[in-house]
Amino acid sequence: MNSRNTAICLLLCSSSLTAAETPDFSRQILPLLSENCFQCHGPDAEQREAGLALHEQSAAMKVIRGGDRSASELYSRITSSDPDTVMPPPDSGLELTTEERELIGSWIDDGAEWSRHWSWEPITRPAVPPISSQNSAGVRNPIDAFVQKKLFQTPLQVSAEADRRTLIRRLSLDLRGLPPAPGEVTEFLNDLSPQAYENLVDRFLMQSSFGERIAWDWLDAARYADSNGYQGDQERTMWPWRDWVVEAFNQNLNFDEFTRWQLAGDLLPEAGYEQKLATGFCRNHMINGEGGRIAEENRVDYVMDMAETTGTVWLGLTLNCCRCHDHKFDSLSQEDYYKFYAFFNQTPVNGGGGSGQTAPVLDAPEADQQQQIEQYQQRLSDLAEQIRLREAALSSLQSQWESDRRAELTQPQQWTPLRADQLRATYQQLEQSSDGVILASGPNPANDTYTILVTPQVSRIAAFRLEALKHKSHTNGGLARSDSGNFVLTEFEVSVVREGQDQAVPLAQGEATYEQGNLKIINVFDGDPRSGWAVHEGRPVDREHAAVLRTKGVLELMPGDQLRIVLRHDSVHVSHNLGRFRLLTSSRPDASLNQDSQQQILAALKTRAGDRTAEQTAQLRTAQQSEDADWKKLTEERKQTEGKLAAVRKAVPKVMVMQDQADRRETFILDRGLYNAPGQSVTAGTPSSLPPLTADSEPTRLQLANWLMDPRNPLTARVLANRYWQMLFGQGLVKTPSDFGVQGEIPLHEDLLDWLACEFRDSNWDLKSLIRTIVTSHTYRQSSARTPLQMEHDPDNRLLSRAPRYRLPSWMLRDQALAASGLLSERIGGPPVNVYQPEGVWEDATFGRKTYSQDHGDSLYRRSLYVFWRRIIGPTIFFDNAPRQTCSVDVFRTNSPLHALQLFNDVTYVEAARVLAEGVLAEPNKTDRDRLDLIFQRLLCRPAGDAEAEVLMQGLQRSRKLFAEDQQQAVQFVSAGEAKVSDQPVTEHAAWSALCLAVLNLDETLTRE
Amino acid sequence: MHPISQSVTDMTRRELLGRGSLGLGSVALAELLQGGQAAASERPLLPHFAPKAKRVIYLFQNGAPTHVDLFDYKPELQRLHGQPLPGGFSEGKRFSTMTGQADGKLMLAAVEPFRQRGDSGAWVSDFLPHTAAIADRLCFIRSMYTDAVNHAPAIQLLLSGAQIPGRPTMGAWATWGLGSETETLPAFVVMTSVTKNTSCGQIFYDFYWGNGFLPSRFQGVKFRGTGDPVLYIRNPSGMNSAMKRGLLDDIARINELKLRESGDPETASRTAQYEMAFRMQTSVPELTDLSGETKQTLDMYGPGVTEPGTFAHNCLLARRLVERGTRFVQLMHAGWDQHNSITTELYNQCRDTDQSSAALIRDLDRLGLLEETLVIWGGEFGRTPFIQGDLNNRQRWGRDHHPYAFTIWMAGGGIRPGMNWGASDELGFNAAVNPVHVHDLQATVLHQLGFDHERLTYRFQGRQFRLTDVHGQVIHDILS
Repeated sequence: MNSRNTAICLLLCSSSLTAAETPDFSRQILPLLSENCFQCHGPDAEQREAGLALHEQSAAMKVIRGGDRSASELYSRITSSDPDTVMPPPDSGLELTTEERELIGSWIDDGAEWSRHWSWEPITRPAVPPISSQNSAGVRNPIDAFVQKKLFQTPLQVSAEADRRTLIRRLSLDLRGLPPAPGEVTEFLNDLSPQAYENLVDRFLMQSSFGERIAWDWLDAARYADSNGYQGDQERTMWPWRDWVVEAFNQNLNFDEFTRWQLAGDLLPEAGYEQKLATGFCRNHMINGEGGRIAEENRVDYVMDMAETTGTVWLGLTLNCCRCHDHKFDSLSQEDYYKFYAFFNQTPVNGGGGSGQTAPVLDAPEADQQQQIEQYQQRLSDLAEQIRLREAALSSLQSQWESDRRAELTQPQQWTPLRADQLRATYQQLEQSSDGVILASGPNPANDTYTILVTPQVSRIAAFRLEALKHKSHTNGGLARSDSGNFVLTEFEVSVVREGQDQAVPLAQGEATYEQGNLKIINVFDGDPRSGWAVHEGRPVDREHAAVLRTKGVLELMPGDQLRIVLRHDSVHVSHNLGRFRLLTSSRPDASLNQDSQQQILAALKTRAGDRTAEQTAQLRTAQQSEDADWKKLTEERKQTEGKLAAVRKAVPKVMVMQDQADRRETFILDRGLYNAPGQSVTAGTPSSLPPLTADSEPTRLQLANWLMDPRNPLTARVLANRYWQMLFGQGLVKTPSDFGVQGEIPLHEDLLDWLACEFRDSNWDLKSLIRTIVTSHTYRQSSARTPLQMEHDPDNRLLSRAPRYRLPSWMLRDQALAASGLLSERIGGPPVNVYQPEGVWEDATFGRKTYSQDHGDSLYRRSLYVFWRRIIGPTIFFDNAPRQTCSVDVFRTNSPLHALQLFNDVTYVEAARVLAEGVLAEPNKTDRDRLDLIFQRLLCRPAGDAEAEVLMQGLQRSRKLFAEDQQQAVQFVSAGEAKVSDQPVTEHAAWSALCLAVLNLDETLTRE
Repeated sequence: MHPISQSVTDMTRRELLGRGSLGLGSVALAELLQGGQAAASERPLLPHFAPKAKRVIYLFQNGAPTHVDLFDYKPELQRLHGQPLPGGFSEGKRFSTMTGQADGKLMLAAVEPFRQRGDSGAWVSDFLPHTAAIADRLCFIRSMYTDAVNHAPAIQLLLSGAQIPGRPTMGAWATWGLGSETETLPAFVVMTSVTKNTSCGQIFYDFYWGNGFLPSRFQGVKFRGTGDPVLYIRNPSGMNSAMKRGLLDDIARINELKLRESGDPETASRTAQYEMAFRMQTSVPELTDLSGETKQTLDMYGPGVTEPGTFAHNCLLARRLVERGTRFVQLMHAGWDQHNSITTELYNQCRDTDQSSAALIRDLDRLGLLEETLVIWGGEFGRTPFIQGDLNNRQRWGRDHHPYAFTIWMAGGGIRPGMNWGASDELGFNAAVNPVHVHDLQATVLHQLGFDHERLTYRFQGRQFRLTDVHGQVIHDILS
């Protein structure tokens, strides 16, 4: 693929390069050296042969004598006919052509003038080429002058300006990602002002849809997604950062600030919410929560990702090449890589876990959440005051309370163990010992039921106490012979057996020493065999538990009455049958588990106030308060409000952000890029071949950001200007936006790129101004039709003698269809939405672990920017996008039948078609042709041509006939999607919907012209 | 018509349609199917030498099958059951964080008996009776090894030559190099399955069939196991084929008008893509319609063969795909990650894959396709000869990840049948005789497809990349 630039070279070089002209080093010679020599004689010191380096002037001059090719070993080696000495060696697969050898020879003869690779040279503002009067028609601003200058050396000429309809559609799609509304088209066509177009540009730049459009490419570069990637692919909430990006573009935040905040907002002296939020940029990398992964290995991956993303986005460098070794081609060493890496190596992230909200995080509440938080905080502060007042009042009543309680508490609760008359388990053996303890033995089945028949020794029962007891036969000496030692009691049933009849005893309340999650004690009398009570505390079961179950009213027993108590274990957790337990009864309705504390309270009450310990005083105060209805109501509300506040706070999106830890982490060069092979220690720094970053001590991310945006940095302004050119022309002036190194494309329009870079840099990084300059040029405004001459001489349009013509990205196709049909939601920002997607896509990719739950209503029609991006399986509707796994600034433009299938068959487009049809059918007093024109206006900003109309009107007739024959089909077709179906006559509606679907799929509709 | 538009139209017609209708254009049309007009660099290359295999079916066993229980019979391991790992095997070796250090781990004997099979005498465990029965048609490589100890990097290394995602996978290289032989189906198809209720299925990342830096049309097309096999293959509800045909004709006529005006060959290409999509809407349902298969054939693949999403079903579809000209079929079956289920889930895993894998070989052979179809069966690494878990709790016996030795088998496509190549040491711990690195396997696969792996390169970010990175040697001894 040495054909880079071949067409251009044929066009420009062969005609202009004569023997008298000196070959240009960086443009003509350096690429030859890089391609053919650097593998063994380049920047990579490890691989260097014979100690010879040709990427540095001083070293290269050992084999080159300027002015004399015959005295230069380099020349004699590349022209040698001896296979043992010729360079490059035959087995390398590399070969210089005769012309290339001659080029090198004449460069040596002319003095072997050396310079650096073009993009490493400082950016100086090129003089704008003078314009002759015959060319002035095609020159609106300096961009055109640069373009004309190159074209002047070729047989090609600039194209005429595109017609206004094409222009407004192009501009609207490029700047807003949406087609213009028919009214906007009419307004523009009728605007006779010479500034009509410029005014249109200004209007578009001021709209919020501008930020939404331009954010897309930034999100691709920033590898933004709504989940972590990898196994598990947990969700994250980085979308407040995404909304910040949209807002920053709309506010036209100067790009140096935009950069500084995203890379180092947390380190700014005045760092506020926005600046910290912006650093989410760095944390958009994937997170690996796979079991068995080593945390440090993950952490190193994350830091590398941050460094490489920064390298690509601002410097256009393939830093990743230097993870393991010095760069093969560019003047970047492995040490440079780890010095750059060191800037990002200071976060407290340790690489463990797979949370999508791994600290440090920033709370980014939505407006309604913020409101709720403030509301609850206010209520809590009110409650605190009321509780304080109530407690003061109670304090004055304390002595009365003490004397009342003293009388009551002299009679402690009595628990009487139950002695069974009969004991039966469905599967196991039950045996009761003299203290009432019952032990289960024999094979432990999946689910067992215990029935205990007992003649109580008491006449009143108000409560039962169930004690779950440990035994050595149990798993880990726990409470049962289940896999964990835990049990699940699903029902506890009591009935009185009186004269041979069972009469159920209803239970009303329960409390337990511990309840495991939703396995609460009240489940044992809810009649639901699946719910139950269990006690696993997240560690091996290591203590005994008890529960008290109070009856609904006191049970009065008559002589001869028996009790039948049934304990059921019907849980899905098999074999969780109680292994050893005891049942007791009490006659006191207030019988409770806290008998011990009651004893303590009694002791405290008996002690004279002056002799009480501080603990006893507190105990009494608490006891008094907990019996007071008002106090209980207030504290209960406080507890609930605190719960609600905590819940809102938990639901608040947490954006992962940057922060440097207090202890500096030492950075090492990692041998072969392996986390566990640290070599030499390095400090943070920028690549040594680029202008130096001066700092007193070890520089920080903030200084890195400042260095990137320093006017002396030769790469940043070029790289950024190139990317915005790419956004507006479909390809960059440098076609390799991620590689500005020696193996990247050398721009044909180097002066133009440098001029744009200067404009951008010297305007204090005003992005809207840069974009305005580009789109108001004649170069941008040309027609995209191609001539035979252009096809012959410049098929790739590198000379820019016409506007580019290319298919719109899939995300924009969706937005276009939604906008043209009128379905598009205008809501900006907020959590991501799940739009139409074929069934089972997530489930298929994740073994059912992730279930796709499609949204409804307005959410279905949000702009593509807001569609939920699951990292391991991106939205299927975006078939040509950067995968959002790692940083990507390249263009993904494909043309495949799979896309045709989607654009024709996906409900998104069918729904848009039928809603668009509804819209035009609802217009009164229109002919078919009028309606067709309306459809064309909405999508293509023009009426249909006669030839087009003829085809589509015939098609309409055909569809009418086919749908009339099959009304059922027609009904189905016009019901696509969830938008409300209008009451248009169904055949007519279906036929027009089919027509709209065809128009949505026309080449012109899919294309930016 | 504008002269340039005329020449473009002529060119595109000739390129896109004329050659196709004459039967010469499979290359161009196949490119279309994969997407885009191809620049010269994207056209299929000529093979470096005559290919032995025209197609590949990779039966990828995701999660790493236990070589010591299935293929790699070691009497010494049986003898040392319950004993600690002897010295000299694991020094300097890295294991997953679940194992940490291998020192002191107890050896675990194979749980099912092994027998020698067929004339070749290949050892295969009773776990795999169907594979055992066709041992003489297979070539076992018993000395595989790899560099990575976790699933995703190891799978990526095996399929793309590098542990980090982003390189083109084997199927992408193969279709980039050779183009397609079908006009109506994708050249590189992926199908996934998992044993039901398995506790350890690994997620299938789409970079396992990624195109990396190759043009996106070389990405594998994943056929889904539920719903329609290809997304959006079905007409919109309420639109039949006759209606659609009419609309496509309308679109084509209007695009033709546009082409005359713009002179953009992409316009002609777009029309052709819509045509191809329309044809796929017939060819894909035809592919998945098994009504033409005999009961005998269906029975051979085993239970589940008619159930979309099972490995058996995917094996049969793989045969139907290669019959119709698909170049590279990658089946991925998950669930082989027996950390604690050697005595339980491993049986289900074998039950779900053994019969249909063997049936595929028999079926290809029956149809005369095996000779030119290379079939590969294996996972991303092996499993530790020592136990993971408690020796006293047989129900929970398991083995951890083990990159230092494992077994795969190959069949057809110019590979010698009835062969055993290489060997691990006496414990199945390290590849010992004729070790085969995954890069060697890749070099061999490309060789069978007619490519010198060192010369099948693609330039990206200024460097020539290849599937085998800077390594790999063809295993000439296993070639027939």
